[in-house]
Amino acid sequence: MTISRRRLLTGSTATAAAGLLSACGSNTGRGGSGSSGGPALSHWYHQYGEPGTEQAVRRYAKAYDKADVTVQWRPGDYDRQTAAALLTESGPDVFEANGPNLDQIRGKQVLDLTELIEDVKDDYNPAVLTPKTHEGRVYGIPQVIDMQLLYYRKSLLADAKVDPPRTLDELVDAAAKLTTRDVKGLFLGNDAGVGALGGTPLQAAGLELVTDDGEVGFDDPIAARTLGKIHQLYADKSLLLGAPSDWSDPAAFLQGLTAMQWSGLWALPAVQKELGDDFGVLPFPKDGAGSPSVPVGAYGAAVSARARDKDAAKAYVKWLWVQQTAYQEDFALSYGFHIPARISLAKKAEKLKKGAAADAVRFATESGFPAQPLLWTPRNQTVYQDGLSRIIKDGADPDKELKSVVRKVRAELERVAK
Amino acid sequence: MTARTEATARTAATARSKVAAHTRELPARRHRALWFWVFVGPFALGLGVFTYIPLLWSVYLSFFDAHNTVTPDPARDFVGFGNYADMLADGAFTDSLLTFVVFSLFIVPTTFGLSLALALMVNRLRRAQAFFRSVFFLPAACSYVVAALIWKMSIFNGVRFGLANTLLGYVDADSVAWLSTTDPPWYWLAIVTVRLWLQAGFFMILFLAGLQRINPQLYEAAAVDGAKPGWQVFRHITFPQLRATSVAVALLLVINAFQAFDEFYNLLADSRGYPPYARPPLVYLYYTALGQGQNLGMGSAGAVILAVIIAVVTIGQARWFGLGRREA
Repeated sequence: MTISRRRLLTGSTATAAAGLLSACGSNTGRGGSGSSGGPALSHWYHQYGEPGTEQAVRRYAKAYDKADVTVQWRPGDYDRQTAAALLTESGPDVFEANGPNLDQIRGKQVLDLTELIEDVKDDYNPAVLTPKTHEGRVYGIPQVIDMQLLYYRKSLLADAKVDPPRTLDELVDAAAKLTTRDVKGLFLGNDAGVGALGGTPLQAAGLELVTDDGEVGFDDPIAARTLGKIHQLYADKSLLLGAPSDWSDPAAFLQGLTAMQWSGLWALPAVQKELGDDFGVLPFPKDGAGSPSVPVGAYGAAVSARARDKDAAKAYVKWLWVQQTAYQEDFALSYGFHIPARISLAKKAEKLKKGAAADAVRFATESGFPAQPLLWTPRNQTVYQDGLSRIIKDGADPDKELKSVVRKVRAELERVAK
Repeated sequence: MTARTEATARTAATARSKVAAHTRELPARRHRALWFWVFVGPFALGLGVFTYIPLLWSVYLSFFDAHNTVTPDPARDFVGFGNYADMLADGAFTDSLLTFVVFSLFIVPTTFGLSLALALMVNRLRRAQAFFRSVFFLPAACSYVVAALIWKMSIFNGVRFGLANTLLGYVDADSVAWLSTTDPPWYWLAIVTVRLWLQAGFFMILFLAGLQRINPQLYEAAAVDGAKPGWQVFRHITFPQLRATSVAVALLLVINAFQAFDEFYNLLADSRGYPPYARPPLVYLYYTALGQGQNLGMGSAGAVILAVIIAVVTIGQARWFGLGRREA
């Protein structure tokens, strides 16, 4: 049979159209037919850097026999991916979230999970459970605790005859003394600490971003004074800026570009491996009448309100993140370096009982505060960070700058209180 | 030569009439409409589904309080022009618009001048023209993201082993944190150079094509009339003859400048946000609407404002330059 050109064209157009149509149906991560029986569920995780984590969560999912759970491991800007996916039918059923945030809860995009953890609620560290609770209802089940802290090189501090700083003023002095032509005193991130620190200096000065009853927590001259000191660090040229990898990665500290670095607990194994005993950890030093502070946060497991089978999704979350304590322990301690969100598990963990790790756990218990309160919406964060950047980098008048931030934050808090 | 042209024209005319006669006889003629849709349909469909519907939907959303939803409740969430008023009262947004007017005023003439200069130089080459054309054009094939990362990580990083700081080290100057220093605003150096590197080659090709279309007889006539080669010839022959190309290039550059996103985002953003300086309108809208903010109503209003500005500027510019007017 000969194929005319026209027929060929017709054929290929039809094929192309079919291809176009099928390309529209995206892969949601739900398995086709449930092989292990039960409904199909898709579970999203953000990409963890530590090797073995992905295999571990896939293993947990496989062990669940009441549903066919497919794990999606998602690299890239995870928070934005989930925010967009929750608007559509093709999003996840179960997902881990650095929230869920207030608008997701108020927009009824995530399900109320209170009943899942009712029996063991007190076993969760309140610093990470509170930001996932709105009007007494729990919308995310904390998985592990992450915290940030200050690393310092003991040998470099000893060479410069500097004691580990206990107050913000000491930190400013120490950073200036430790700064040489090639090594900077302190690394707070390439943006001079705007993003990484957030509300930490306020907390260390006895203030907070937002109070429990939804008021601005830093409408106080003390805030201006404290943030002015961070500008001092910048103006002294004691801060490392423009490092190839940012504050969350200990590379700058390990390469000797800086004597002190603000980073996360997750960096501890790498630092330990590279520097042995030549390092120590500190909370963010107190200022004035405040107390030392470390921000803590947690990824939590949440269930999408668009889940196909809501009860199955909830049952699975309850099984994995409430009942299976062995998996929770494995997840927190075997791969990266996190503190289990369950107090009972954290107490048992041998790895967290000695050296810098023990210090870190102590900081988290004594000086931990929620890095991201629920009422601290993304809009507030942008407004505050813009102001902070102008104070630190441009040397803008902290009083004036904070006044305008307070005004905008107050308007946003009024919006969400409605 | 004239005789041959006439002959060719006659042959072409005959061929055309033959084809026409042939088509008239085909029974498939009544299927013409069908074939029109078969060929145009998929593209029209794609354009509609992926461009026009989202566009109109976004205009619709801009009149609603749409937090975390694309289907607001028409009765409850309608806010009229509230989002527009809020957006225009938002200092951060108007700042970003202003920054970008200034940015365009600088980057458009600079890119224009540089690509025209490159085109003139390459056009004069007697040997290895193709080589240099490719060399200057190649960066246009590079992804903005990749280029921005190279600029950020290797060339303009703030530590002593970055390329720019290594050069400074040779003259014994202190390292500069290029992307983090606001006084003086060194970050513009990185932003402007990466944009020039990426774009100049592409616009050079457009200018080259324009240059090669200029009738050589004009230059001969000018020489006969005693015009001096160099500036005089460029001013009175080359540049006026390039008008169509110049207008198109200027328009494209202005639109590009207002739509700037990729290299800015990749140079200056980090996992916690974007600094308040050198923030393009699109980056700000990205954080408002698509980020965790998910304030889709405000984001859409901002996008409409930006689109209107681009449209007004473009139309104004086109009228000013007389785009599409027949060349004399």
